[in-house]
Amino acid sequence: MTKGAVSRDGREIAANSYMKDVIQRFSKHKLATISLVVLVAEVLLVILLPMILKLDPYTTDYDTFFGAGPSAAHWLGTDDIGRDSFARFLYGGRVSLQVGIISAVISLVAGVPLGLVAGYYRGIIEMVIMRLADIFMSFPSMVLILVLVSVLRPSVSTVTVVIGILGWPRFARTIYGNVLSARESEYVEAARAIGTKDSAIMTRYILPNTFAPVLIAFTFRAAQAIITESSLSFLGMGVQAPEASWGNILYQAQSISVLATRPWLWMPPGVALLITILCINFLGDGIRDALDTKMVI
Amino acid sequence: MNTDGPLLRVENIKKYFSSRKQFLGSAPKTVKAVDDVSFELFRGETLGVVGESGCGKSTLGRAILRLHEPDSGRIVYDGTDLLSLNKSEMRDYRQRMQIIFQDPYASLNPRMTVKELICASLDVFGIGTKAERIDMVLDIMEKVGLPLEYLNRYPHEFSGGQRQRIMIARALVLNPDFVIGDEPVSALDVSVRAQVLNLMKDLQQELSLTYLFISHDLSVVRYLCDRVMVMYLGKVMEIAARDELYSDAKHPYTQALLSSIPIPDVDAAKRRIRLSGDVPSPFNPPSGCRFHTRCVNARPECSQSEPELKDMGNGHMAACHFCDH
Repeated sequence: MTKGAVSRDGREIAANSYMKDVIQRFSKHKLATISLVVLVAEVLLVILLPMILKLDPYTTDYDTFFGAGPSAAHWLGTDDIGRDSFARFLYGGRVSLQVGIISAVISLVAGVPLGLVAGYYRGIIEMVIMRLADIFMSFPSMVLILVLVSVLRPSVSTVTVVIGILGWPRFARTIYGNVLSARESEYVEAARAIGTKDSAIMTRYILPNTFAPVLIAFTFRAAQAIITESSLSFLGMGVQAPEASWGNILYQAQSISVLATRPWLWMPPGVALLITILCINFLGDGIRDALDTKMVI
Repeated sequence: MNTDGPLLRVENIKKYFSSRKQFLGSAPKTVKAVDDVSFELFRGETLGVVGESGCGKSTLGRAILRLHEPDSGRIVYDGTDLLSLNKSEMRDYRQRMQIIFQDPYASLNPRMTVKELICASLDVFGIGTKAERIDMVLDIMEKVGLPLEYLNRYPHEFSGGQRQRIMIARALVLNPDFVIGDEPVSALDVSVRAQVLNLMKDLQQELSLTYLFISHDLSVVRYLCDRVMVMYLGKVMEIAARDELYSDAKHPYTQALLSSIPIPDVDAAKRRIRLSGDVPSPFNPPSGCRFHTRCVNARPECSQSEPELKDMGNGHMAACHFCDH
C-alpha cells in the first residue's frame, strides 16, 4: 500500500490533504520552483562563497590601482579606495537579502495574525488594532525609520527589525478586509455549527481563503524593504561604512563616469537585485496558484 | 437519554436584529425576525417549517443551534436548556444536533478535500484515531452515495447534488439525533432534488433521526414531513399534522399558501386565493394580527388584538380570531 492511502474492500484509495496537495501543485509550477532554487542558491552563495574564497571586503589592496578593472586577483576590479568589488558585492548581498526577506517576514508574521484577529472578533479588538494600524500608516515612514534607527544605533539588524515592524499595518489591512467577508460566509457558519473552535476556524477556514493577497503584499514588501535600506544607506542611517549593501554600492556608482566606463561596479548588484525581486514575485505567484485548488497547474 | 417527552421543546424564543444607530439620526430599528415562537418536536418525526422569504424560518433554525444567539426564551433539548449552557458545554451538544445549509456552493470550504471536510467534524470532537476516522469517513460516504474515489476532490469539482451529499455526510458522520435542514434542496435541480430528499428520508429511517425541515416549497414539505408549522413575519400561524394541514387548513394564510401550489392538470378546477400586496416591512409589522393587512377575512378586531395560538383539537393549532367559525 502506498503511503497515505487507505483501502476498502480490497480497493486502494489515495488520501491526500490540502497541504500535501499544495506542495504537489507548487512543485509543478516550473517558474516558481526555479525561483525558489535561485533564491536558496543566492542565499547560500553570499554566505558560503566569501568563506571559501577567503574574500575581504574591507581592506585596501595597495598592490593594484584604486578603481582598477577586473583581473584574476580582483574579479570585479576594485572600488575608489582599492577594496575588492566582488567581495563587497557578496557581502552586500548578505545585507540586502537579509533586510529584504527577513523584514518582510517580520511584517507578515506581525501583521497577519493582528489583521485576522481584528477582522474575526470585531468590536473593541478591531477598534484597537485597526486604529493603531491607521496611526502607524499616517506617519511618514521614512522619518519614523530615521528617528528609530538613530535612537537604536544604525546597523543591519536594527534596520531589518525597524523596517519589518513598520510594515505590519499593510499586511494587517490587506488580510483584515478579506477576513471581514470570509467570516460571514456559509462555510464558516457551517464550521461553527459542527462546533469548531475559533482558533481552528481562523487557521483552517479563514486564513487559507484570504492568504493570496498577503503573498502579493509580501513580494512588494520585500522589494520595497531592499530599496528602503538603500535609501537609508544613502542618508547615512542604514548600513554603516565600511559595510556594503547592494543599495549603497549602487548609490556610490551614481556618477556618470562610473556608469559609463566601469559597469563591473554597478552591473552585478543591479542585476542581482533585479533577479532577486523577480524571483520573489514568481515565488509568490507560484504559492498563490498552488493554494488555489481551482487553478489548474 | 430520556426517551419520553419531546426531543426538543422551544418555548417563546425571540430573536430581534437591530440596525446600527445612525449618527445624529433616528433611533435604531428592530426587526423581530423570530417573535415568541414555541413548538415541540418529537423523536423520529419531521417537522416542516414553511413561510415566505423573510418570515424568520431560517433564523429560527439558526437560533435553535445558537448560531444566532436568541434574545430570550428556552430551548429545551432532551431535558437541557441549551441557552443555559456556556460555550464549551454547548460545543458538546453540537455533536448531537447538526444543520444542513441551503447553498451547497457556499457552505463547503473551497480549500478542503472531501476527506478533510467530513473529517473536520470528527476532528473537532477528537473522535477515534486517524485510521478510524478515515474508516468512518468512508462509511458515511458510502451511506450518502458518494463514490469513494472522490476522497481527495475539492468542492468545486462537484455538482450541486453531490455537494449537498457532502454536507449531509458531514452532518451525519457525528451520529446526531437531530438535524435541521435549512432549505437543503431549494438550490438543486428538480431532478436532483428528489434524490436528495429520498436520501434524507432513507437516512432518517436508518439512523432514527429527527428532522426540522425548513422550506418554502409546500410540495417538498408534504412529501417529507409528518407535521408542518406555518410562519409569517416571525410568528407561528398554524401547526398541524401534515394530512390535516393539507386537507383542512384553518388559518387564512395557510389556505392562501396551499391554494398557490400548482396542480399539474390543465382541467383541474383551481380555486386560488390571491394575496394582495407584499409582505409588510418587518421593521414595522402590522398591529394586532400580523396577517390582517392581507387577509381575506380581516375584520376590525384583527388590527387591534393579536390572536393566540389556539388548539383546534388533535394538536392542530392556529393563531386566528375567526378560524374556528
